[in-house]
Amino acid sequence: MSKPIKQIHLAAHFPGVNNTTVWSDPAAGSHIEFSSFAQFAQTAERGKFDFLFLAEGLRLREQNGEIYDLDVVGRPDTFTVLAALAAVTERLGLTGTINSTFNEPYDVARQFASLDHLSGGRAAWNVVTSWDAFTGENFRRGGFLAEDQRYERAKTFLQTAQELFDSWRGDEIVADKANGVFVSDPDAGAFAHKDAHFDIHGRFNVPRSPQGRPAIFQAGDSEEGREFAAAAADAIFSRHSTLDAGQAFYADVKGRLARYGRHRDELLILPAATFVIGDTDAEAADIAHEVQLAQVSPQTAIKFLEQLWNRDLSDHDPDGPLPSVDPVVGDNTISRGRASVRMFRDSIAIANDWRAKAEAENLSTRELIAEVMGRQSFVGSPQTVAATLNDLVQADASDGFILVPHITPGGLDPFVDQVVPLLQERGVFRAEYEGTTLRDHLGLAPLPARRNHERGKRSADADAPTGVAS
Amino acid sequence: MPDSLTPLHLAVALDGAGWHPAAWRESDARPAELFDAGYWADLVAEAERGSLDFVTIEDSLTVQSDDLVDPDDRIDRVRGRLDAVLIAARIAPRTQRIGLVPTAIVTHTEPFHLSKSIATLDYVSTGRAGVRVQISARHDATAHFGHRELPRLSLDSINTAAAQQQIGEYFAEAADYVEVLRRLWDSWEDDAEIRDVATGRFIDRHKLHYIDFEGRWFSVKGPSITPRPPQGQPVVAALGHGGVSYELIAGSADVGFVTPHDAAQASDIAGEIAALQWAAGRRRHTVRVFADLLVFLDRTQSEAQTRRRRLDDLAGVEYRSDAEIFVGTPAQLADVLQEWQAAGLSGFRLRPATLPHDLVQITEGLVPELRRRGLFRTAYEADTLRGLLGLARPANRYAIA
Repeated sequence: MSKPIKQIHLAAHFPGVNNTTVWSDPAAGSHIEFSSFAQFAQTAERGKFDFLFLAEGLRLREQNGEIYDLDVVGRPDTFTVLAALAAVTERLGLTGTINSTFNEPYDVARQFASLDHLSGGRAAWNVVTSWDAFTGENFRRGGFLAEDQRYERAKTFLQTAQELFDSWRGDEIVADKANGVFVSDPDAGAFAHKDAHFDIHGRFNVPRSPQGRPAIFQAGDSEEGREFAAAAADAIFSRHSTLDAGQAFYADVKGRLARYGRHRDELLILPAATFVIGDTDAEAADIAHEVQLAQVSPQTAIKFLEQLWNRDLSDHDPDGPLPSVDPVVGDNTISRGRASVRMFRDSIAIANDWRAKAEAENLSTRELIAEVMGRQSFVGSPQTVAATLNDLVQADASDGFILVPHITPGGLDPFVDQVVPLLQERGVFRAEYEGTTLRDHLGLAPLPARRNHERGKRSADADAPTGVAS
Repeated sequence: MPDSLTPLHLAVALDGAGWHPAAWRESDARPAELFDAGYWADLVAEAERGSLDFVTIEDSLTVQSDDLVDPDDRIDRVRGRLDAVLIAARIAPRTQRIGLVPTAIVTHTEPFHLSKSIATLDYVSTGRAGVRVQISARHDATAHFGHRELPRLSLDSINTAAAQQQIGEYFAEAADYVEVLRRLWDSWEDDAEIRDVATGRFIDRHKLHYIDFEGRWFSVKGPSITPRPPQGQPVVAALGHGGVSYELIAGSADVGFVTPHDAAQASDIAGEIAALQWAAGRRRHTVRVFADLLVFLDRTQSEAQTRRRRLDDLAGVEYRSDAEIFVGTPAQLADVLQEWQAAGLSGFRLRPATLPHDLVQITEGLVPELRRRGLFRTAYEADTLRGLLGLARPANRYAIA
């Protein structure tokens, strides 16, 4: 019996503050004005995408002790933009990254529940953790955590938020004018939660939202992150967009679900992917090369080099070979507020790999950086991109992709106009939205209304820890 | 039309089904839709049809309660609400001119987060954002956040020295909070984004500024994540009933909501706030003082009185308010507004007893009456909230002149 054909899930990531976003292109528009967000979201909705994805920033990046100025800098507030986008879209899911370290569960839960109401059930929360004192300098509590506590806190934060979302069953608002009963239960919203991180109780003030809660996304790649996702997430935003790495990640994470009593379809794997489309594969390859160079200016090449070398290389020639000195091993002090530097765990080994590659392919520093940092996931004609993307999904390297265009706000257009129709012709992508909520788009069953006795009322046992997921 | 008159400013305070606890039981009320965007969109569209300056949207970090400091267990009142900033953001793209002023609680939240959300509200509304900052002395709100042990205030103890000191601290914290909001809004100069391809620089980093705020309750480094919003500084509003709350209005706000009960009180309060502005070194700053009035409006005064009695009967208790309760016709209300304006106020924030009824009475009854008297705009004359309020776009405190 042949394997059933999978339906592809597609999402659009608003271009962010990395060098992959090409702001120098004449077509590049504002990253702040709402018109850019509205146009981008409406393009994604025209393409029948599952959702739009917004990242979050809480401290401007610095390098060499100064604010990093070579990439797009600045962004609007995630919640506020998503709520506004709900006004200019009808079906598109609205996914926001919200940090669990520099927030409180009550506040975040009421904002997501509100967004879910205001969008008619289209909200999703990409739960991220951050623990650095650098970011904490912008916040009331300073709030930084030891790295080994960040998933524990994220887990219990999410658990606590979950209890808040579940503190209303969903049938309490009766609004019976004749009998004068607005809410059927005087304790609606009651909750009590106590653990090592949160000790809170009272009543949640947002009634149960259309989806019950926002869809939950997770973006970390570590062992703890994978386990966290298997326990509690509806989708993973991964970075494994190639066949081998994608299949390995997919099998690993899907294999963890059974331990939590979950079915394989209850957690979607959605890698981030970039794309360059041309009329022919050859033309696309040429454009891709130009895009790579636009993404890695000579100045950017040096800054990237410094991030791995962890030292000042401002005098280095970007058109010359890689530096002969070795990276400074240890805590990265040159770059702050940038998650990607954590990938450089063994910087000397990576530097040696880069040197070998540069020598073998006769690459300058800038060309090498463009090669290792700037490769696009899908490059080709619309037919090639559609086929490649579909093959990856059918081969269980993913359940779909979160596409990251390199131009704001028009960068999604070629994909929506040229690739989506081909996927629709193949019968692997929806021609029309079938449901109204994001859970519908993701193929997730509606959450059951919670049963009455499950609510954590404040009672004699309120002092017992109720929170931490095992 | 007499043109010697200064037009007054008019705002409407939106909260649930209206301010009267039985408002949701009126025949035109839509209580089952209080958690839907469409309900709020319709109300704000109605306010915009009346060319009002702005709407405010109430909020709290607790379930509503008839008790001043503790939760109650009533089932016959509206309970539950949506985040006011997000309601405003949801409404913004579907309105063109009206200002949007959500309430934000500043006692338990992060100034960094609120700064960027209000800046962003200013972007999504293209310059029509404000924020009404509110303290929370409620014990239940504290328990929703944990972390802080704050003394329990009650009606009985509210006049003790300890309680008054605690309330003073809430307002001092609010003043620090607004200072952080304002510094963060200025932390990017207007022309910081340069997109200079030759040097590869997206921004001129010298036009971004650390705010380095250090205070008793928080310290914030900056700069903001979000560039300076269209108005430069979105409008900051606060409600006050005297004492430290007037200091917050005079020292930190652009708009103050106050609750006089007659023209003489209106005059006294306006004078007191002006004096406090001098004391705070803000005498050149324009602070628009608005009186709050709770309104029952009908074609005749007796109709309005009958409606008020009927609602009080439904609620089982006579409704009382911190603000003056006006019961009468739009023309009679216009008389009051004209008299109080002459006593020294800039405008009025009307709290509709029921929605949409009293809102429609404002847009279709009061507004035409004020226009006949030359006291209100006939069309929007500006496309930002600051513009409508006659407040200049402020210079950036960090920019070198």
